[in-house]
Amino acid sequence: MTAALEVSGLHAYYGESHVLQGVDLAVGSGEAVALVGRNGAGKTTTIAAIVGFLRPRAGRVLVNGRDLTGAPPHRIARSGVALCPQGRRIFGDLSVRENLALAARPTTDGWDEARVLELFPGLARRLVVRAELLSGGEQQMLAIARALMRNPALLILDEPSEGLAPKLVGDLGAALLRLRATGLAILLIEQNLTLATAVGQRVQVMSKGAVVFGGTPAELAAARDIETRYLGI
Amino acid sequence: MSPELVFQQALNGLSFGALLFILAAGLSLVFGMMDVVNLAHGAFYMLGAYVALSVVQRTGSFWLAMVVAPLALAALGLVLEPLLLRRLRGRHLDQVLLTIGVSLVVVDQIGVVWGREVRSLAAPAGLDGSVALYGGDYPLYRLFVIGFGVALAALLSYVYSRTKVGMRIRAGVEDAEMLGALGVDTDRLFALTFAAGAALAGLAGVVAAPVFGLQPGMDLDALLYSLVVVVVGGLGTLGGAVAGSVLVGPADTFGKVVFQEFALAVIFAIVALVLLLKPTGLLGRIRIAR
Repeated sequence: MTAALEVSGLHAYYGESHVLQGVDLAVGSGEAVALVGRNGAGKTTTIAAIVGFLRPRAGRVLVNGRDLTGAPPHRIARSGVALCPQGRRIFGDLSVRENLALAARPTTDGWDEARVLELFPGLARRLVVRAELLSGGEQQMLAIARALMRNPALLILDEPSEGLAPKLVGDLGAALLRLRATGLAILLIEQNLTLATAVGQRVQVMSKGAVVFGGTPAELAAARDIETRYLGI
Repeated sequence: MSPELVFQQALNGLSFGALLFILAAGLSLVFGMMDVVNLAHGAFYMLGAYVALSVVQRTGSFWLAMVVAPLALAALGLVLEPLLLRRLRGRHLDQVLLTIGVSLVVVDQIGVVWGREVRSLAAPAGLDGSVALYGGDYPLYRLFVIGFGVALAALLSYVYSRTKVGMRIRAGVEDAEMLGALGVDTDRLFALTFAAGAALAGLAGVVAAPVFGLQPGMDLDALLYSLVVVVVGGLGTLGGAVAGSVLVGPADTFGKVVFQEFALAVIFAIVALVLLLKPTGLLGRIRIAR
């Protein structure tokens, strides 16, 4: 079966700085993979290169087997990749309903407004509110709901737990597990190792622009040196 | 000033404001969406007026000119954006230089094609008379300009707030990259936005021609005033263009009556005051002054 995402030998620069130095990463169809690592390890840059925000200098990005290296964001999005970006990046001037409608790519039996509101009931009574007036937690739900409206084959989430109260991180984890159970492929970038290992069936560790470890959560737990070398503070 | 004069000047100010709105709406739209200050906007306005002149000379129809000139400018915008502007995305100084260059070429070619003498365009039949209003006769065409400006503002506001393309425009003004990640072809959206901005400049040129005539230098006046309007009102929002034109139009008109040659100083005093009190402009979201 073709992988939802296959990244190989990815190199990318911000100006002169060589941020990605040969990233290899794969997410199988229906698989949930967590990508962890310290600040500055290159996680968000990897995402930028995958979704088309940043043009890689070398390497390949395959989405469902199709080579989309360096393609513009809308083509990558249309091939089934949806992004819930770092900092949420919801459209604050638009209402909650408009944020969802903007992303909508209807399919039969797929995600639509009614179904994302079932997953995030808190948004239902906020539909006509301007999105910038939502709380941080509600904005995060909206960012995920908006990505789901694309009916993606692969959902990429970049630091969804950032700035959330512990109770909300728990709710977020539960929602992501429900999504995983639907067979949606997930790539989760997380600083919160508890959330990353709860959601990810495999965990990839990044350091200095490359993936330095890959394994199941249990294997990561067993490899004590990985945690101290690449993840501890 | 007699009350009659005040009334007349108030109408003049409003009709000037309505013209400024048509002009500034396009400039503000392009800036908000593409982060480009299009300094060729005045040249587009001028070209619109001259295209209208030719259409009226050939067909005799001012109304046809009001359709043809914006379409011609939209076509020009659709060519220029992908050909030139797109290559400089994110490079602000280069974009400024490029649009100055485009404006020089356009204005020079207007001189070659239409000549450099002052021309005039008559108001369309039916609107070329005047109407008795409080204290005197008032040109009917200027009342039409006010009505047209208000109708256009209502139409654009409907498009902005109620249609899918308006939703995309508002989202693109906030975060165009994210809009791309949601499957919207932003290159195409930018080209269409630039074309719409050029079309609005051309439309302003047609509507203004019977009031101000056609002459060399009209592009710079138009650019200056539209920049003032968007800075005062706030960049990138339709409401800002409305607020800016409603303030600047009458202020400039009364400034000219009261201070004669110091009218421009009145306008820039308003700019300075607004930016001091509200660095984003009256209704803007983007900081202009620090």
